[in-house]
Amino acid sequence: MDLTNEKIVEMYKVMKRIREFETNASRLFAEGIIPGFVHLYLGEEAVATGVCSSLNEDDYITSTHRGHGHIIAKGGETKYMMAELFGKETGYCKGKGGSMHIADATKGILGANGIVGAGQNISVGAGLSAKYRKSGQVCACFFGDGSTNQGTFHESINLASIWKLPVVFVCENNLYGISMSQARHQAIQDVADRAVAYNIPGVVVDGNDIFAVYEAATEAVARARSGQGPTLIECKTYRHKGHFEGDPTTYRPSDEVQEWMAKDPLPKAVAYLLDNEIVTEEELKKIDEEILREIAAAVKFAEDSPVPSLESIVQDIYTDIVEEVR
Amino acid sequence: MKTMSMMEAIREAMNKRMREDKNVILFGEDVGAFGGCFGVSAGMFDEFGEERVMDTPISEGVIIGTAVGAAATGLRPIAELMFIDFATVGADQLVNQAAKMRYMFGGKINLPMVVRLPLGAGISAAAQHSQSLEAWLAHIPGLKVVYPSTPSDAYGLLLQSIDDDNPVIFLEHKVLYGAKGEVDENMAPIKFGIGDVKREGSDVTIVATGKMVHEALAAAEKLSAEGIEAEVFDPRTLFPLDKKGILKSLEKTNKIVIVTEENKRGSFAGEISAIIAEEGFDYLDAPVLRVCAMDTPVPFSPVLEKYYVPDADDIVKAVKKLF
Repeated sequence: MDLTNEKIVEMYKVMKRIREFETNASRLFAEGIIPGFVHLYLGEEAVATGVCSSLNEDDYITSTHRGHGHIIAKGGETKYMMAELFGKETGYCKGKGGSMHIADATKGILGANGIVGAGQNISVGAGLSAKYRKSGQVCACFFGDGSTNQGTFHESINLASIWKLPVVFVCENNLYGISMSQARHQAIQDVADRAVAYNIPGVVVDGNDIFAVYEAATEAVARARSGQGPTLIECKTYRHKGHFEGDPTTYRPSDEVQEWMAKDPLPKAVAYLLDNEIVTEEELKKIDEEILREIAAAVKFAEDSPVPSLESIVQDIYTDIVEEVR
Repeated sequence: MKTMSMMEAIREAMNKRMREDKNVILFGEDVGAFGGCFGVSAGMFDEFGEERVMDTPISEGVIIGTAVGAAATGLRPIAELMFIDFATVGADQLVNQAAKMRYMFGGKINLPMVVRLPLGAGISAAAQHSQSLEAWLAHIPGLKVVYPSTPSDAYGLLLQSIDDDNPVIFLEHKVLYGAKGEVDENMAPIKFGIGDVKREGSDVTIVATGKMVHEALAAAEKLSAEGIEAEVFDPRTLFPLDKKGILKSLEKTNKIVIVTEENKRGSFAGEISAIIAEEGFDYLDAPVLRVCAMDTPVPFSPVLEKYYVPDADDIVKAVKKLF
């Protein structure tokens, strides 16, 4: 793998940034400060980071209800994300979307999505657009194992395959669709097996191994960019928390949880950095502190930001029509 | 001026914009060399090639979703579904994605896309290929809903639909595809929210959409023979809706009948009625009446189907109740 130490450190920073953002989001939700639903990416950091590290800045992603990690990995700014989670005017969506709808088109982030599987359809459109414009862009489409039973999964991969679109389908198999285990929600173990049905490569990787994810994604992105069409990458991973914050997770056996907590991608990455002398303990401490400061500043930014004006409720529906305020 | 059928007018509007703007593309089931289910895109594949006029598999969700993703990333796609009934299959992409993205993203994305949906009864296609579901679509903030009744309106409104930076639902009544009319190919796009008085009259206003505009015009002729002069008003777009135009006509006539081909229950005709009750009550000399299809699925047998769809005689009967 042609990864420079500098890039490896950057990848670690992204994972750590996601971890800190989510840890704070969890706390702020528990404290009643963040309203609505929050689906955390804790435990799955290596997937978003590995995939997005293989993308260019102008490449696209489509995301899911569990989207914070994807957005951070694609360059989303944590202060605007946190402000959106707070429902503040300064948030990415001016407080109109919340956790499940953060987007930043300037960074190719075509949105988290509250509908399971919907991003798959949209990724095909982004892929078509890139191919038609001959822009060389690629779209990475993230989704969970639960969404692979939606019709969108079949429709999207089929169309991307016959049109040879530059889309990389990334399944984050965290073993559960909400409370239903994969063993109960589908009759296969590897989602990647389904690639056969579309005559595209299907790859299974350890989703908690950032280098394995990066390597698979890099190959799939190269294939997509060169006009050979999509790849289905299945990343085996696990969410440390429930489907949503507040989920009692009684459906997960404790030995399974323990087994996967031991495979936490963050300590693995730390060990790699230190064992290979990519950074010193001292340098690592500095990196971590810097990220902690960034997230603390993001929380402060969100706290200090104004709530949206009531007049803003009618804005941004259309480019040109503004309804009357009540 | 050129005489065109509604179908030709729709095709020529697409051709015009596709010749002018490479970002405009068309895709849908069998729209390519086959020319579309009803033949609307006939010849377009030959002119623009397979890169711009694309057949899709029978996958309505991803047809609309592809339009969403393409529109979000710089293209101006036109997606055709064979029948509005199939929009139910792709409803998530229309209702939860296309309509919501701009708002939920804080206005930071434009979705310049058109979804063309043939609708309406009259060809014995039964209840899964004949519905008029415009009220569902007009109900959703984030969509614009366009429903022309003449070739000229179809031409001008489709140009505007393609130029619009928002998701536009363009409704095409199947029975009107062959209807002929004069079209000025150099006309300016018709702005949304401006209705058209299709016939002037002083005694009663008939608001009608799509094919019902023609039934209303036929009814108006029958009524005229009996000394009642009806004004026929076609709003042309359901959202934005020309409320002012409707109320202005009502102010003149003081009586109003609303005619649509929808099932009456929960219809857009009901929405117009409510607007009149709220904003035009002082103009009314008689109750607001709706003439709609019956509250049944669209039946197959030609006899039943004809009975289901409102016609000029139904409109005449309703208008006479007001005098």
